[in-house]
Amino acid sequence: MNSIVCIKRVPDSETRVRIASDGLAVDRSGVKFDMNEYDKYALEEAIRRKEEAGEGLVTVLTVGGDDARETLRQALAMGADEAVLLRAETGFDGLPVAVALAEEIRDRPFDLLLFGKQAIDDDGMQVPAMVAELLGLPAATVVVSLEIEAGRAVARREVEGGHETVEFDLPGIVAAQKGLNEPRYPSLKGIMAAKKKPLEEKDVTLVEGGLELLELSGPPDRPEPQILGEGAEAVPELVRRLREEVKVL
Amino acid sequence: MSFAGVDFYDVDGLLSEEERAVRDMVREWVESELMPVINEHYTTHSFPKQLIPQMGELGFYGANLPEEYGCAGLNNVAYGLIMQELERGDSGLRSFASVQGALVMYPIFAFGSEEQRKRWLPLLATGEKIGCFGLTEPDFGSNPGGMLTRAVKDGDEWVLNGAKMWITNGSMADVAVIWAKTGDIDDSRSIRGFIVETDRDGFSAKDQEGKLSLLASDTSELVLQDVRVPDANLLPKSGGLKSPLMCLTQARYGIAWGAIGAAMACFTEARDYALNRVQFAGKPIAATQIQQTRLADMLTEITKAQLLALQLGRLKDAGTFNSDQVSMAKRNNVDMACECAREARRLLGGNGILVEYQSMRHMANLESVYTYEGTHDIHGLILGHAITGLPAYE
Repeated sequence: MNSIVCIKRVPDSETRVRIASDGLAVDRSGVKFDMNEYDKYALEEAIRRKEEAGEGLVTVLTVGGDDARETLRQALAMGADEAVLLRAETGFDGLPVAVALAEEIRDRPFDLLLFGKQAIDDDGMQVPAMVAELLGLPAATVVVSLEIEAGRAVARREVEGGHETVEFDLPGIVAAQKGLNEPRYPSLKGIMAAKKKPLEEKDVTLVEGGLELLELSGPPDRPEPQILGEGAEAVPELVRRLREEVKVL
Repeated sequence: MSFAGVDFYDVDGLLSEEERAVRDMVREWVESELMPVINEHYTTHSFPKQLIPQMGELGFYGANLPEEYGCAGLNNVAYGLIMQELERGDSGLRSFASVQGALVMYPIFAFGSEEQRKRWLPLLATGEKIGCFGLTEPDFGSNPGGMLTRAVKDGDEWVLNGAKMWITNGSMADVAVIWAKTGDIDDSRSIRGFIVETDRDGFSAKDQEGKLSLLASDTSELVLQDVRVPDANLLPKSGGLKSPLMCLTQARYGIAWGAIGAAMACFTEARDYALNRVQFAGKPIAATQIQQTRLADMLTEITKAQLLALQLGRLKDAGTFNSDQVSMAKRNNVDMACECAREARRLLGGNGILVEYQSMRHMANLESVYTYEGTHDIHGLILGHAITGLPAYE
């Protein structure tokens, strides 16, 4: 079972992100970065499939800057066998990244191509489906469970209000949702071994995307809390506000 | 909000990527696996035994020993960072790992035969076997050379008799490294180390009752009554009091790092509490001068301790450190952590006495850490001896 896992280096989910002075980028200074959480489910799935099969290769792939090496080594420490860094300056547009990944993946043999369902930085949710289209492969996104037998995959996906089960032939694409598995910690031996695993780097030129970033803005400030009164006397006004202003009743 | 550490002087910038990866992994593990259960274990006076196998799987035990024995083969700075993060959770958990690694695996590695190493180290590294270290006795703490435990040769066997006290992991251990005199009772040069399986006849362990510190840790008293072990259980390269003291140097090194973790936990809790606790004129207590200088003192001392530990680790990795330098770091850093814990507890006011806040737990734990592995005062004497050349122990 050979898998390719596409991962992304993103700000840690607890980092407070600041917008840079030009209003078009995130200020990276003092920000702690980590592997995108959903990518960890994807990677864990690939490692487990390989362990269960007793053979195979797990390749991790990312498009990013020099600092993305650290994230690739994190993946190698968890148990991936080899890593590839496609060095390029990335933005908020998913298409150029998807094209670069598809170009790299096209000539590689694999059974499963895994992604996290989305990256928690720009929440684009575009790349897995775009790569599927570019490679002409079946794709199941937001996957919470996966079964593979004799070259055929059955994936259970989360959809609005319920679940959907889909079936497809391998090779195919799976975009992982939380719940697919419980990602492992990289062991100390894994961290030591990661140094000795191959990490290939190549410069790539990204194609023009279709999106133009106009502005980044932070969430609105929370409004000052209001005290409507005390005890039962406040209830009519509270109900009126909930109905007319918040519109939840 | 998960624990983010304390790093005012960009000490992170002095660490390698690998050292940071190790630290981050252990930090995340402590946050997810230990923090949700520590209060329950502390209040019920139990060690979180369920964590032992996973800690082994991840490689926490004897992590600075070589890979060929099933260990992670880390450098000493990375090893120290593991201790820091474990003690950020609880001193009891760090004590467990310290004893397993520095006081059981290390002596088997340093003084054991190749056969002993190959037999025991892989089992101890995974946590399949748990170890303890028997040096201190009821009447001999700071002066271990006075020990009364004897080992007498009888044919191909050794017969051990004596009592050991304050033994971390004592009741749950599968194997004990026991130090005993093989010659005259006044001759501390005759001290040798023995690997003693705890299921041997005549070996018993009893929980230490009445502790008000390290409540999530197994502390026991060991009694050895005519315990027979084969000659093959003698650690062949051990000899004299120097051997157990070399083990203590390893453990003290880890403690110097561990104390920083406990202090970081207390500082972080105190800062967050001060920013949220509003008293007088609608202002958080963090806006008052007394709490600000309190926090400033804590941060300053933590930063100094970090630099002390890091340089000590670099010296240890270079093979040029000495035990006097370890004494300074253990003495300074644990004392620093005791102060931080106490000041944090005070800053927290009445809430500070509750188990749902960490500071008082750390404060109580650190009194043991201050005392074990060479008391604060004894390390002062070791430094005094190093400065003047004049021993003042007697």
